Amino acid sequence: MLEFSILLPAILNGLTIGAIYALIALGLTLIYGVLHIINFAHGSLLMLALYGVFFLHSLFGIDPYLALPVAAAALFGIGYGLQRFIIGRASHGKDENILLVTLGLSVIIENLALYLWRSDTRTIETPYSFEVLDFGVAFIPVPKAVAFVGALLVAALLWLLMTRTDLGRAIRALAKERQGAKLVGINAEHIFAMSFGIGCACLGIAACLLLPSFYVSPQVGHAFVLVAFTVVVLGGMGSFVGALLGGLIIGVTESLGGLFLGESLGQLGIFLIFIIVLLFRPTGLLGQKA
Amino acid sequence: MRTPTLRTGWAILVFALVLLPLPLLIKSEFWLTWVTLALFYAYLGQAWNLLGGYGGQFSFGHALFFGTGAYCTAVLQIHFGINAWAGFVLAAVAAGIVGAATGWLVFRYGLRGSYFALVTLAFAEVFRILANTFAFTGAGVGLLVPLQPGAWQMQFESKAGFFWLLLILVVACLLFTWWLQNARFGARLMAVRENEDAARALGVDPFNTKLLAIIASGAIAGSAGAVYVQLFLYIDPGIAYGPSMSVEALLVPIIGGLGTVFGPVLGAFALHTIAEIGRLVFGEAPGLNLVLYGVLLVLMVLFLPNGLFGLGRFGFGLRRRLQRKGGANA
Amino acid sequence: MLEVAKLSKRFGGLVATNNVSFTVQPGSISALIGPNGAGKTTIFAQISGFHRPDEGDIRFEGISLVGLTPERICVLGIARTFQIVQPFAGLTVRENIAVGAHLHRAGRKAALDHAEAVAQRVGLGPQLDKPAAALTVAGRKRLELAKALATDPKLLLLDEVMAGLNPAEIDEIIPIIRGIRQSGVTILLIEHVMRAVMNLSEHAWVLNNGGLIASGTPSQIAADPQVIEAYLGHGAAERMKAAKTEAQHA
Repeated sequence: MLEFSILLPAILNGLTIGAIYALIALGLTLIYGVLHIINFAHGSLLMLALYGVFFLHSLFGIDPYLALPVAAAALFGIGYGLQRFIIGRASHGKDENILLVTLGLSVIIENLALYLWRSDTRTIETPYSFEVLDFGVAFIPVPKAVAFVGALLVAALLWLLMTRTDLGRAIRALAKERQGAKLVGINAEHIFAMSFGIGCACLGIAACLLLPSFYVSPQVGHAFVLVAFTVVVLGGMGSFVGALLGGLIIGVTESLGGLFLGESLGQLGIFLIFIIVLLFRPTGLLGQKA
Repeated sequence: MRTPTLRTGWAILVFALVLLPLPLLIKSEFWLTWVTLALFYAYLGQAWNLLGGYGGQFSFGHALFFGTGAYCTAVLQIHFGINAWAGFVLAAVAAGIVGAATGWLVFRYGLRGSYFALVTLAFAEVFRILANTFAFTGAGVGLLVPLQPGAWQMQFESKAGFFWLLLILVVACLLFTWWLQNARFGARLMAVRENEDAARALGVDPFNTKLLAIIASGAIAGSAGAVYVQLFLYIDPGIAYGPSMSVEALLVPIIGGLGTVFGPVLGAFALHTIAEIGRLVFGEAPGLNLVLYGVLLVLMVLFLPNGLFGLGRFGFGLRRRLQRKGGANA
Repeated sequence: MLEVAKLSKRFGGLVATNNVSFTVQPGSISALIGPNGAGKTTIFAQISGFHRPDEGDIRFEGISLVGLTPERICVLGIARTFQIVQPFAGLTVRENIAVGAHLHRAGRKAALDHAEAVAQRVGLGPQLDKPAAALTVAGRKRLELAKALATDPKLLLLDEVMAGLNPAEIDEIIPIIRGIRQSGVTILLIEHVMRAVMNLSEHAWVLNNGGLIASGTPSQIAADPQVIEAYLGHGAAERMKAAKTEAQHA
């Protein structure tokens, strides 16, 4: 039997990373809910955001947390533009074509990064990188605590945006009834692009919260994309609460898996969940029936 | 209806006869290798086209099957001394089984589109992690297949041997696809692609149909992996299960024309011509060829969703329309 | 031939089918009628296996269909058309019909020949090599009929094959349906075009809010002004009478 004192920090650690997973998955699930496609460039766009935050810090000395509005706005702009001018024009009446384009974009972004910045792993150092909070039973590094609180805060803001604003209502209307929403005068192309932009803005914020305790490399998207996909499948495609819950579950699973099985096989615990969900509940914990 | 069918048969015959003497005519090792590789990617693309082009199930992780075949034959040869030809067959079987498992998992609930693409991509990634972890797959270092020159070990003395082997495989696939277009199974597969509910209402079982397609597609991609291993004598997790093979497998038929017999062949030669030009212009740098592939994929889907064959069809249609217009004016 | 017994189906709080029972006689043409949203298509979806009923039973030649997949039910001999036409858009008309023809024909040539024969029968002969996507509304309705017919069904479920057609097109399709019945196929149709119902069917059931409210020959139903006014809308009784006299003159 493992000591409680080992288990608890692992769970807390899992919750902090899980909150980041949830934030990334929220962006993915928002895009899925509205456009009914999985954005395969999601991981690559996160990687791009991480590089952006990294260079803001290393070139201009801007603290990652201060860079948050810039990163969110930049990723929003990129997402909006991609959807409006490339992805949205690719469908030709078939969703599969949109999938292919997001795959193509991810290949472009990832390999361009590989070409420009090589495959080196880069980290940044901030004054608070090694600060810890003492919770009595466990120590939590400050950046991870900030990431946890920040991710939950953004999730709450997103929830408000979706439920309390006209934009949120338009997005939900379009997600539910495409034809109907168009008939009542919703500018579908604009709203699709807004959704994609907001989904990507989540990545910008995630990058700022992540970098102080993480690293960046051209392949970093891979690590997150599989996790984010699993979170979305686990939570139920298109479900907000599901993404949040799924993120935390996956975070803890990964952390505990790493504790018991070691780092690289710990990732397989996530995959096991992926298969189990597909086997027994392909619509996810909170997803609607397909 | 009979005529275009027969025309395809003649085209396959002409294709085979034109390429057959090529190794005797091409003296340059470079160009022979180039054509051989184009044939290899045509073969891989044919595997993808079966499921993606005819079945409408877009796999984003065909490396899953390719890599399984490659590792299967390499591991059997290195650890158990099994003959490469037997390994070739077993690779196809193993990849077919992986295909069946994947298909069973996804198609059982009628999950399609995003889900299928996602699951294939995720499975390929997981297999990459597994291959990276275990010692018998050589972990991150990969596996070096011992050099045993000779046709009996599928390691031909000259490149011409590989060329002919791949030509036989590609032509076999052309014939298979041709048959598919004129068989009940093909009709059902295309019906499922076009409209699953309508197909069910006509007595087509979409689960069985798609399952058979993914098994066949996986087995072919796996056998391509077996050939790859003997051609390059090396495999590692990145090559086997990385995104590069998956992207090439889908790009080749998309460039040529999805759901057409000759699409993958046309696409493979077009892609490798473009890739070669890309190498000349931008030089060799890690990642750049894949950037080019990504750009091609986006451009094709945006502007030529029916591939080069679609361009031809569009061209013919336009010409016919112009002729009719001209006739009306005259 | 087809016995529907105490069938019920709910979607959330909505009762789509409420304790519906009826029996279709072999060799007949009968009709399910009723206002929009009455639950007609939902009953078809349950017979053809696309929806599973919550309660009740459906028996076809003595075999219970509850729980069977649509493809299995089609093999048993029930073919349906869709109210919203579902062509295989990327295939030609001939290839579309051949998918149905393949149900009992393994060979390609046999299937294509049968597809051609069926196409001639429903008047799609000249359009055999057109892509299905290029057909007009009337053409698509005929294709829907042809695909189902090509499976050699014993029972054909026709879901509003005349909706969206103009009177001339309806006049063309009525004899086609009658011809199908004469070749030994039992037909159950959902139809809004009253003229067609009066003209074709021997028996009709009226459905409203998921439940059966009347049953009888079309003339019996037409003679029941209360039913007509209440469930087919104001003025429907007059329309049906007009249709009936027209049918008698025809």
